[in-house]
Amino acid sequence: MKARGALSASGASVLLLALLVLVPIMVLLAAWQQEQWATWQHLLDTVLWRLVGNTLFLMVGVTAGVLLLGVSLAWCVATLEFPGRRWLQWALLLPMAMPAYVLAFVMVDLLDYAGPIQTFLREWLPVLPDFSARHPLWVVITLSLVLYPYVYMLARLAFEAQGRAVLEQARILGDTASSAFFRVALPMARPGIAAGLALALMETLADFGAVSIFNFDTFTTAIYKSWYGLFNLQAAAQLASLLLLFVVVALWLERRGRRRARYSEIGGRQSLRTRPRLAWGVTLFAFAILFLAFLLPVSRLLYWVIDNGLMQVDSRFLNLIWRTFLLGTMAALLVLTLAGWLAWVKRHQSSPAVSVAVRLATLGYALPGSVLAVGIMISFSAVEGWLADLGVGIVLVSTLAALLLAYVVRFMAVGFGPVENALQQVRPSLVEAARILGSTSAEVGRRVYVPMMLPGLLTALLLVGIDVMKEMPATLLLRPFGWDTLAVRIYELTAEGEWQRAAAPSLTLVLLGLVPVIVLSRRR
Amino acid sequence: MRAVAFLAAAVVMLTGLWACSEPAAEEELVVYTSRNDHLIKPVFDAYTEATGVKIRYITDNAAALTARLQAEGERSPADMLITVDAGNLWNAADKDLLQPLESPVLAANVPAELTDPENRWFGLTVRARTLVYSTDRVDPAALSSYEALAEPEWKGRLCLRTSKKVYNQSLVATMIQRLGEEKTEEIVRGWVANLATDVFSNDTALMEAIVAGQCDVGIVNTYYFGRMKQDNPQLPLSLFWANQDSSGVHVNISGAGITRHAPHPQKARNLLEWMSQPEAQKLLADRNMEYPVNAAVEPAEEVASWGEFKSDDLNVSVAGALQVDAVKLMDRAGYR
Repeated sequence: MKARGALSASGASVLLLALLVLVPIMVLLAAWQQEQWATWQHLLDTVLWRLVGNTLFLMVGVTAGVLLLGVSLAWCVATLEFPGRRWLQWALLLPMAMPAYVLAFVMVDLLDYAGPIQTFLREWLPVLPDFSARHPLWVVITLSLVLYPYVYMLARLAFEAQGRAVLEQARILGDTASSAFFRVALPMARPGIAAGLALALMETLADFGAVSIFNFDTFTTAIYKSWYGLFNLQAAAQLASLLLLFVVVALWLERRGRRRARYSEIGGRQSLRTRPRLAWGVTLFAFAILFLAFLLPVSRLLYWVIDNGLMQVDSRFLNLIWRTFLLGTMAALLVLTLAGWLAWVKRHQSSPAVSVAVRLATLGYALPGSVLAVGIMISFSAVEGWLADLGVGIVLVSTLAALLLAYVVRFMAVGFGPVENALQQVRPSLVEAARILGSTSAEVGRRVYVPMMLPGLLTALLLVGIDVMKEMPATLLLRPFGWDTLAVRIYELTAEGEWQRAAAPSLTLVLLGLVPVIVLSRRR
Repeated sequence: MRAVAFLAAAVVMLTGLWACSEPAAEEELVVYTSRNDHLIKPVFDAYTEATGVKIRYITDNAAALTARLQAEGERSPADMLITVDAGNLWNAADKDLLQPLESPVLAANVPAELTDPENRWFGLTVRARTLVYSTDRVDPAALSSYEALAEPEWKGRLCLRTSKKVYNQSLVATMIQRLGEEKTEEIVRGWVANLATDVFSNDTALMEAIVAGQCDVGIVNTYYFGRMKQDNPQLPLSLFWANQDSSGVHVNISGAGITRHAPHPQKARNLLEWMSQPEAQKLLADRNMEYPVNAAVEPAEEVASWGEFKSDDLNVSVAGALQVDAVKLMDRAGYR
């Protein structure tokens, strides 16, 4: 044990980090200083309650959707043997690379009255089908399809870590296969599932792109209506800060999920998978999900790219790809480092202040990106002005540092979950044992921490990297001159309604997102 | 932990390195634009070629750029704001982010109704929002005005884009100016009652729905029609110039203004004036099939083939001044 002074210094560093994340959020909260009653009254009188209802519907729907897909697929892959399991187990992560707004657009395009499906049905069916492509259920389905990988990935890690032994013991003690699943495997995997679900829900809350394509009005819609339509950024910030209440609920769920969780597993990790009678049925199920969430939209994008006479891959386009990749990598490394530090301090210093600070540091994920980006921009501007008054002329807004900080604020939650989980895998008793056996601390790091945490760290890197590459509003607002990314180009084209032309950057973005997914799957 | 520390150091260094990268050079003009890269870059390139003045620009949506200008205050590197929709320009001027400019060149090239009454912003291109109908199922003689689409004869035959799109907000704002709130709300309620299906999130999808037979008539910006027509010359759709016997077709602009704290106001002025002249007008308008503001410049051939029309001569700043009222009105009327 180090001296107390060192420990409190690390505690202070965590508080500082939390503060850094909190400043933009505080800026949003400061909006409450000015009352915007007229705007509130209008929203309350007209649309607000419907929007809150819609938001709750969406959250419940997406919860059901991602749990159903994520847990069942994770369970199948982890415990069953079926044709194609080896490639499906990583291919099922691919939808993660698909931005929600892209899938939403493809879905509306396919399902709309004028789209190919309804057109085909009208031609071949005597009774005219008439369903709306903008039904709320489609929104739920779309978001579930792109967000289930969060649950799938973390649940699969959990199921695989359980090993067969536990389940076999349950069976020996008289459980049926299904009751063994519900009474043993599922509760044991709860922390991972809850962490994945929390991520999916926060992403749902923050989403604006996908819901606006379906014209499904959520709470986020009210935020943008206040800002763009009513020219009232203050009211928008006030509304956005209310989203934090939803976040608190999501985090509470996650806490509950973790409660009483034990991370130590008994028995080996040998995973003998059983082969069910309907092995092909399982393959079909997994493939169907993969098809809907990934293959179908990708082929639609490909069709458009070809239809537009292929993309012109010039140096500008290559530059977009390079910048996108660079931003993703840098931000992911930064988030990983800071998340690792948070988790480390939290583990070694369990004071209430530290754990509150850690919670706060992960709040940014559920805020709509552009509102958060404005908060960051305003706080940076304020610092800039303050420094200028002191005679220090430094540009902060629209520097790479500002953009990276924005990513840290926004995606800390994404990196922190897997990192903390990974650190928890390294039981203190293991470290103590290594030390007793004479290892130096460097050796413990190299031979215990690194190998045990590597999968978790890579997971964090992958998640954050992909999220950053897909990120749109903060990148738009805070990027330095010349730092256009694929997401920026997609925005520009779609803002002018040129969705088909946006297919080329969209497809490239998806393919770029595949790189980390494949790297990760190779390692495991 | 050493590896982590090393990683952290590397990241911090990298960040520092990039953080100091690429400040705008002293002599370059800086433009914030919601006019997107593929539409604006050719214009800037032509200007640089003609004058040697380099332009740096950043694209984003108007609300975000306005917030950025506001936050940056007098330290802003931006010289000019270019956006689409008069409402956005009005908002920037209202927040005192643009400076007035007395320019005989602009006064001659840009019609007064497409210019801020206080000369803080100027139209660059005109975008008309009018009716589009199915040539298979609608007799154009049955069409007359935006207001008439609220009549019961269009029940189940009308398609509209979402009220969240600023184009519709501007249209309703001008209706409020001309007809008053009460009458306008009645009309908007009529539209909503006539809708064939949920509102669309873009004009192109709306026109595809008319082609497919989901509805018969809608309201769109003409350049979306132009794009579709270009892809499919046999398109069974046609434009109808609305309100020719009354107020005229609703028009909006893309436009620009010089920022309040522009570091290079004279250079910005030169660019703005250049953009109102024929060469730039062609570049600005034709690429997106819009209309030039400069009356001396002909629209593109395809655009001209849609025919001439009488446009609304209200000053477009009305769209901004009444936008909040329009949004609230549409909320009340249940127009999503």
